[in-house]
Amino acid sequence: MKDYEDIWQKLGLDLHRHNELLNSITSAYNSMIDSQKNRPRGMAYFDRSVAVAHCQRVRELMTIKSKGKKVIGTFCIYVPEEIALAAGVIPIALCGGTQFSVPYAESLFPRDICPLIKSTLGLGLGKICPYLPTIDMAVGETTCDGKKKAWEILGTMIPMYVMEVPQKKGKIDRELWLQEVKLFKEKVEELSGRKVTLNNLKRCMRIVNRKRQALGRLNELRKLPLLPISGKDALLVAQVSLIDDPERFTKHVEVLFRELERRVKRDIGVFKRGTKRIMVSGCPTVVPNWKIHNIVETSGGAVVCDETCTGFRYYANKVEEDAPNLNALLENIAYRYLQINCSCFTPNEERVVEVLKLAKEYKADGVIQYILQYCHGYNIEAIKVERALKEAGIPTLKLETDYSEEDFEPLRTRVEAFLETLGSREGDDRTIKVIR
Amino acid sequence: MRVAGIDVGSRTIKLVLLKDGALSDFMILDTGHEPLARFKEVLGKCVAEKAVATGYGRHLVKSHFDGAIMTEIKAHSLGAHHLYPKCRMIVDVGGQDSKVIRIDGEGHVENFEMNDRCAAGTGRFLEIMADTLGFSIEDFGNQALKATKAIKISSTCTVFSESEVVSLIAKGENRQNIALGIHRAIASRLSTMVNRVGVQKDIVFSGGVAKNKCIVSLLERELGIKLYVPKEPQIVGAFGAALSAI
Repeated sequence: MKDYEDIWQKLGLDLHRHNELLNSITSAYNSMIDSQKNRPRGMAYFDRSVAVAHCQRVRELMTIKSKGKKVIGTFCIYVPEEIALAAGVIPIALCGGTQFSVPYAESLFPRDICPLIKSTLGLGLGKICPYLPTIDMAVGETTCDGKKKAWEILGTMIPMYVMEVPQKKGKIDRELWLQEVKLFKEKVEELSGRKVTLNNLKRCMRIVNRKRQALGRLNELRKLPLLPISGKDALLVAQVSLIDDPERFTKHVEVLFRELERRVKRDIGVFKRGTKRIMVSGCPTVVPNWKIHNIVETSGGAVVCDETCTGFRYYANKVEEDAPNLNALLENIAYRYLQINCSCFTPNEERVVEVLKLAKEYKADGVIQYILQYCHGYNIEAIKVERALKEAGIPTLKLETDYSEEDFEPLRTRVEAFLETLGSREGDDRTIKVIR
Repeated sequence: MRVAGIDVGSRTIKLVLLKDGALSDFMILDTGHEPLARFKEVLGKCVAEKAVATGYGRHLVKSHFDGAIMTEIKAHSLGAHHLYPKCRMIVDVGGQDSKVIRIDGEGHVENFEMNDRCAAGTGRFLEIMADTLGFSIEDFGNQALKATKAIKISSTCTVFSESEVVSLIAKGENRQNIALGIHRAIASRLSTMVNRVGVQKDIVFSGGVAKNKCIVSLLERELGIKLYVPKEPQIVGAFGAALSAI
């Protein structure tokens, strides 16, 4: 750690607070992730990626930077990674999932904004995130009002660029988005001084496509009745995808996939057959936010699918590779990203259809709609999603919460009671036995 | 066979003993500041072959006794269904949370709502408001029923209401009228929750707050139906837990 302290100091971090943050992440990791039984061996890489996120990975980025490359920070899966990579720019997701940094944001920002924004900004304001001072530019977007206004404040601290994500899905919205994608290309070209060409964009598009494909294949295994991987571990893999080098990440996802395939062949699972299958749908859960997954999986349930930005929405759909020229490839990229059904769109019926489809494919016994407090988009859309699920006969529970631990017991009561309702028709104390 | 149900609530611990399926004894004690010690005390008093614990403190006690645990939501459903087989909904307002549970004809939970993380509109809220107005909690509802008019209380947030009540007292408003306003605020909050789950005809009202006659009558008026209030509304959860042990 001593070597890294020099780096952190150089980045202007408050070492004491940063240490406290690392301790809080370690203790969350120990109690929620490491405590799981029968974890796949291949998870070791992803565990380590979280552990070294603030040291080795930061040093790695500094080394890359010293060779003249640029690093950008992103906050949304709408920012096209392949374009940044093609310009020789490394994208790193900066979303905060820790309660620890929230008070630092509340000293400047209103309390009534979502914990993800507060946590992220607090990491910067409290001088506790090594990434914010490492990046050459931050790229925001317009997926909610809280973020839009936050960028204006963040922009006074670091170079800020904002992409406009349209709010509808019509023709002019698609055109607007295509223009935004092209402007983003120009912006990263300007930042790195390197032109995006058809060839290098194709190469980088394939790198990102392979990453999404590997994640998709891994998650397919969660459709099986005997689950070879827990929901918490699958989430951890998705979380690491946001900060890791894409090619190295893909390689390790493939290693994990092969291990899980062997598990499937040998009938090895991490939960008992018949464990209640839960799909989590709604807001993103970024490191170290394992709160809801942990409650579900320590109350006798298993998370089998994440219809979130740290799950399906991130790895679904690839960019069509066939493109005769750069313009056509940029169109393909713009098209792929506009298929992400964020609740910032109106109307957003595609998401309702997607939730139903996933719930059926993953044979979810119930869907938990996970809403970060003050995330109005997903919170209000939950009404439509709930209606559709009910019509399809799929039970659902909406949980609105933030990153703090103070509502742990009431949340656990709700989740346990929800699991009880899923099990109640097939005998009484099944869930309870699992708990004890 | 003797079985026990223990409901470790935030304010009180309830013990119910059943002998051959019928209620033989029950006990209600303050939880105090050491719920585990209190639980062990209660456990020492129960002569039973099987016990099931429920309530807010169930996880705290689960490794300290030989029995299963279940959520209070399930326990209340079992208890209410047994007491009133026709019942399709339970409104349970305890020390620090309020719940509305919809059940089917066999007592299985179909849907439920719980208040969020704060104590707004719960037993604890009533205690604090009664205290601010200088009434005892037992007498609070009766005093509110004597009001000549209701003063509008705009919040069921414990903190905001307390300051609102303090300023009403300072304005010289009648205490009973303020009390009625507080009761109305809770009843309206509860009826919103009931409507969100989908109001049913046969509703059991349980938990300590069901002992408050003013809340019962206001809620009945809001919902336009009669509520079933068990003779001992506080022990419905413990009763349900005991039933599950049979």
